[in-house]
Amino acid sequence: MQLELSPADAEFRTRMREFFTTKVSQEIRDAVLEGRHLTRDQTVEAQRTLNAEGLAVPHWPVEWGGQDWTELQRHLWHEEMQRAGVPTPLAFNASMIGPVIAHFGTQEQKERFLPATANLDIWWSQGFSEPDAGSDLASLRTTAVRDGDDWVVNGQKTWTTLGQHGDWIFTLVRTDPEVKKQAGISMLLIDMTTPGVEVRPIELIDGGHEVNEVWFSDVRVPGDLLVGELNGGWTIAKFLLGNERVGVAPVGATKRALAALKANAGPLMDDPLVRARVAELETSLLALELTALRVVAHSSDGAPHPASSVLKLRGTELQQAVSELALDLAGPASIAARAGDDSPQEGWARRSAPTYLNLRKASIYGGSNEIQRQIIARTILGL
Amino acid sequence: MDFTYDDEQQALRDAVRGLLATAYADHEARRRTVADDPGFDRGLWGRLAEMGLLGLPFSEADGGVGAGPVEIGIVCQELGRVLAPEPYLAAVVHAGGLVAAVGTPEQKADLLGRLSSGEVLLAAADTSPGGRWASSADGVRASVSGGSWTLDGVADPVIAGESADVLVVTAALPDDGGTGVFLVDASDVTRSGYAAADLTRAATVRFDDSAASPLGEPGRDVAPSIATISDLTRILGANQALGVMQSQVRATTEYLRSRQQFGVTLNTFQALTFRAADMYVSLELAHSTVDWATMTIAGGDRRAVADAADRVGLQVSRAARHIGQEAIQLHGGIGMTAEYAVGVGTAHLAVLEQWLGNADHHLARLADRVTDHEMVEAV
Repeated sequence: MQLELSPADAEFRTRMREFFTTKVSQEIRDAVLEGRHLTRDQTVEAQRTLNAEGLAVPHWPVEWGGQDWTELQRHLWHEEMQRAGVPTPLAFNASMIGPVIAHFGTQEQKERFLPATANLDIWWSQGFSEPDAGSDLASLRTTAVRDGDDWVVNGQKTWTTLGQHGDWIFTLVRTDPEVKKQAGISMLLIDMTTPGVEVRPIELIDGGHEVNEVWFSDVRVPGDLLVGELNGGWTIAKFLLGNERVGVAPVGATKRALAALKANAGPLMDDPLVRARVAELETSLLALELTALRVVAHSSDGAPHPASSVLKLRGTELQQAVSELALDLAGPASIAARAGDDSPQEGWARRSAPTYLNLRKASIYGGSNEIQRQIIARTILGL
Repeated sequence: MDFTYDDEQQALRDAVRGLLATAYADHEARRRTVADDPGFDRGLWGRLAEMGLLGLPFSEADGGVGAGPVEIGIVCQELGRVLAPEPYLAAVVHAGGLVAAVGTPEQKADLLGRLSSGEVLLAAADTSPGGRWASSADGVRASVSGGSWTLDGVADPVIAGESADVLVVTAALPDDGGTGVFLVDASDVTRSGYAAADLTRAATVRFDDSAASPLGEPGRDVAPSIATISDLTRILGANQALGVMQSQVRATTEYLRSRQQFGVTLNTFQALTFRAADMYVSLELAHSTVDWATMTIAGGDRRAVADAADRVGLQVSRAARHIGQEAIQLHGGIGMTAEYAVGVGTAHLAVLEQWLGNADHHLARLADRVTDHEMVEAV
């Protein structure tokens, strides 16, 4: 048992902190720190800055731009990035399809897609969920039918986050309707400029355009864009979702949001009830961060630690709790959510209600928190 | 950065677990032990001494073993697992800790060696009726006349106070001179013992012109040292609570797998398994915080230890309420019975919490300091 970082890890952390706080655009970092939305160009610029330094996809295989780091170093990289307000590399690229292609793809697919994916030359979207396939993903109905060397895709995906920016979309499609539902699914990569692909925006309760429906009408997809085995898509989906869970415990970002809230709260911080709420949240976040450190210290082969479900579950609850505190501290000023730039209310306070509403998604995506409870009950507790 | 035990620490855990499994193989053994005086097993206490466990915190020069906080935490966790009523936390960690922190070299050599060998039992009297986790004493007053010190007042609850040979007493010094610590022979006080809510023993101790020896330099205000020892005891008490909660989560999941109602086992019902999953979440978060707080002690910075005590006190108190209550609820009626360990564990958690500092107490202290930092750093 040893609390301190080793000299090498401490040096590593300093190097990360220095790079993130001096080499990534201040304007972009300010936008993240203040909770404002990033433009597509800003997201791309930030990822390219990281990629030029080898810091965009450290968890990929070394030959494709990864770093031979320990789990703890990856954790420190991720925490320092969030702390500095550096947008984390686009999850669809860095955490989802990149590792999938590196693991399951052909050599040709790797060469074609991985460098462009790391550098965000291709913006990937995720085509998994459907109107009738949410937590029960395996019941998806979008079909791909063989026609010569091509696949012809028909159906509808939904909740496609930032699909309006997407160049390509990785999809799960039904390639065999006759077998058990998990056994008839494949993964296809689809160029979103292909005729028959249509992206339709969904307006959310915060007023933002973050997610979309993606419709496929007789979309022709070349046969070499199948990833892995035909009808092997469910294995890939489980691999991908396991990685996704590890990435969704936003400890550093939530700590930063709480610190910013304390700074913004001004004289409200004199209220003993407010002080108690902040102190309780700080302690809960500490417990979560320590649990994340315990998990990374025990993960050896890159397989997700079972307790990563705890991180997702509790991490999203605390993210939501901090947003609720922000809403309460903003008070009546939060009502001016959609007022113009001439509003006399402070920006953080005006953003508090949309942020509070937006973050209700956190306990739904990445495997809803009920799915996490199911995982804990079954695989950890044996119930 | 490492949250795992080394080989020696694992061997220690296995040895302690093995010994306690013999003594408290089932809950019935604990029931019999607490029903008779002195409320714990003196034979087991002697074996703990033989294994060197009673001397873990103290230097070899003082007759101890000179082990670190992680080792002491391991012992506390194992005691918690079986709800052992032995007063390790009270006598060794708390009272012994006060002697080690404040005593003169002669006092330490005299008392800590005998405490480590099991020859003498200590208890810390630091709380008076109405008192709430303060390092300043207000219910017991010290007087000095011609170089001789005496104490007057009442201390209650004094954990293990009924069977202690020597009481380690915090008392208000004359002329608002702060707080001192005194050694008082048990024969110089009036004691009435009672069973606490978890059936461990405590006592009311009355001092009436009782002869007392100042611990350390006579008349010196040692409130800061008293506070630090309370913080250390809080952290090690959290280790003990962790052991209790681990047993409760294990017992609850086993029960859900085996108990049948409506012709099926209870784990068929998602309303129950999800609640068990939430208990596991609370347990793991508490576990991480306990490990961190225990490691913080080794750093030796008083303020860091005080902060760790407050954070672990808050986190573990919240977890104890959650897990302790749900363990009973998910067991149903059997969880309410004294013959079953789960509900008694909840009683033990409540006693630990109110003895060492409850969630409100720690939260108030953290809230006082909340604007002193931008964010809380784990490492």
